[in-house]
Amino acid sequence: MLRVQGFPNRLGVRGWVGGGRWGMERYLYTLHRLTGLGLLAYFLLHIVVTASRALGEGAWARAMDTVSGGVFKVGEYLVFAAFAFHAANGIRLVLVELGFGVGRPIEPVYPYKTSLDAQRSLAIGALAAGAALAILGAVELLVLR
Amino acid sequence: MSDATAKEILYRIRRFEPTRDRAPRWQAFTIPRVPGMTVLDGLWTIKQTQDASLAWRSSCRMGICGSCGMLINGRARLACNTQVSEIDAAVIVVAPLPNFDIIRDLVPDLSPMFDAHAALMPYLIRDDAREQERPTGEFSQSPQELERYLQFSYCIKCGCCMAACPTYATDPVYSGPMPLAQAQRYNADGRDGGFLRRRAVLGGERGPWRCHFAGECSRVCPKGVDPAKAIQLMKRDLVWDYIRLRKEQCPAAVMSKPKAGTRRPDIPEPPPRTV
Amino acid sequence: MMRDQKLWSWHVAAGIVILLLLGLHMTIMHLDATLKFTSLNPAGGEPIDWANVAARGKMLFFPITYVLLLSAALFHGLYGLRNILFELDPGAGLKSAISVILIVSGLGLLVLGTWSAVASFDLAR
Repeated sequence: MLRVQGFPNRLGVRGWVGGGRWGMERYLYTLHRLTGLGLLAYFLLHIVVTASRALGEGAWARAMDTVSGGVFKVGEYLVFAAFAFHAANGIRLVLVELGFGVGRPIEPVYPYKTSLDAQRSLAIGALAAGAALAILGAVELLVLR
Repeated sequence: MSDATAKEILYRIRRFEPTRDRAPRWQAFTIPRVPGMTVLDGLWTIKQTQDASLAWRSSCRMGICGSCGMLINGRARLACNTQVSEIDAAVIVVAPLPNFDIIRDLVPDLSPMFDAHAALMPYLIRDDAREQERPTGEFSQSPQELERYLQFSYCIKCGCCMAACPTYATDPVYSGPMPLAQAQRYNADGRDGGFLRRRAVLGGERGPWRCHFAGECSRVCPKGVDPAKAIQLMKRDLVWDYIRLRKEQCPAAVMSKPKAGTRRPDIPEPPPRTV
Repeated sequence: MMRDQKLWSWHVAAGIVILLLLGLHMTIMHLDATLKFTSLNPAGGEPIDWANVAARGKMLFFPITYVLLLSAALFHGLYGLRNILFELDPGAGLKSAISVILIVSGLGLLVLGTWSAVASFDLAR
């Protein structure tokens, strides 16, 4: 078969972010990815910091002292909010990516209804649940404490 | 909406002539606006009246052949299927489908997509090659069984889904929405027995695992094929297969003609076989 | 190399485990002001005060679920990271290197976390 050397035209990481006229699920995909990376970064540090409890009260108190203060408090809340979103959207993704809630294959009749429409209420529900949890966390972490 | 009362319309087209250009460039054309014109009609007008060197692929002009997939005002779609009047901008911006190398102007090199398509064995896989070559009857299939894959069989391989897919924007190893949807079209076909052979490819890096349901493929598909749905159903099949929950079924058998009974006299004989 | 069909299935399974256990962890650690857990925080004050940490460390439930959550979260997170890195098309050699680095660092953190859960259970008793 004839092969031609064309001009490379892959969008690259710009294609991940998309932006502009993309739909809701595209933004959820990006946010899921960002919150996942954030949570992982926090989690790896969290393992190391909290391992200090095995060394006794003194080591624990020193470790907790290092990670207290305004910046850490806001950071901690961001982790909680990221968790709220990642968990709620994650429930949707587990269902959808195992083929639940995407609808059965149908005869495509214009205007097309796709799996995106079929799971839209699930997406809105997940976003609402994540937001509600994030607000509850804000009251707890930033107001009551 | 673009201004429907205007007499002219401005096209901005991404040009690339490999023997002359080192990189793609933009070129603008102003052409008369005709009621009912499609983006493809505009390209023809430019070619006929202003620049005969403008290159693109098109054939049927009616959304069937899948040749004229292009990036039109930031969205992958068929030029023949897109009315100028439905574009919500003053300028029609046309570029070749992204995520494929540009051969020339609006002509993308779709061969990686077709290579991935071929690697996923998009045909019925059965043990009875002789029956397939010289059929003695029809393979049995109920309307319900037909529905399990019919939607995915409307694919015209235009490549719009591949251009919109965020994963395919960086990852050439990932098969992409079109080949995966077509693999599912055959996996879901009751006449097919090729799941295990396709699994050898689908279970690895080229499989559906890099799909994260951003949904762009289904959003841009001009035929309503819904590749995202096919890919999620495929993941379910493969996960069920891994945890031994997938029911393996034999490919549908050839329907035998009824042995008993008499033919009703008012039913005419079929025409003689031509092949 | 393990196939993505298996790895992804475990990624989803780990996600469900994390949802339950991290949900519990977040509730105990961060929603204690609205939902009072006096039995889990017997000393009052913050859930991260040493007296409360030590009190929970005495209950066998916590070290067990910590190790379970640790394993699930490390696998889920590092497989997710691997997916993102692999999608950047790093090439076959770099992909193997990434897998090795992630497996080694994951196992290292699993050992550290498990040790601290077991050791603090001993310490608290």
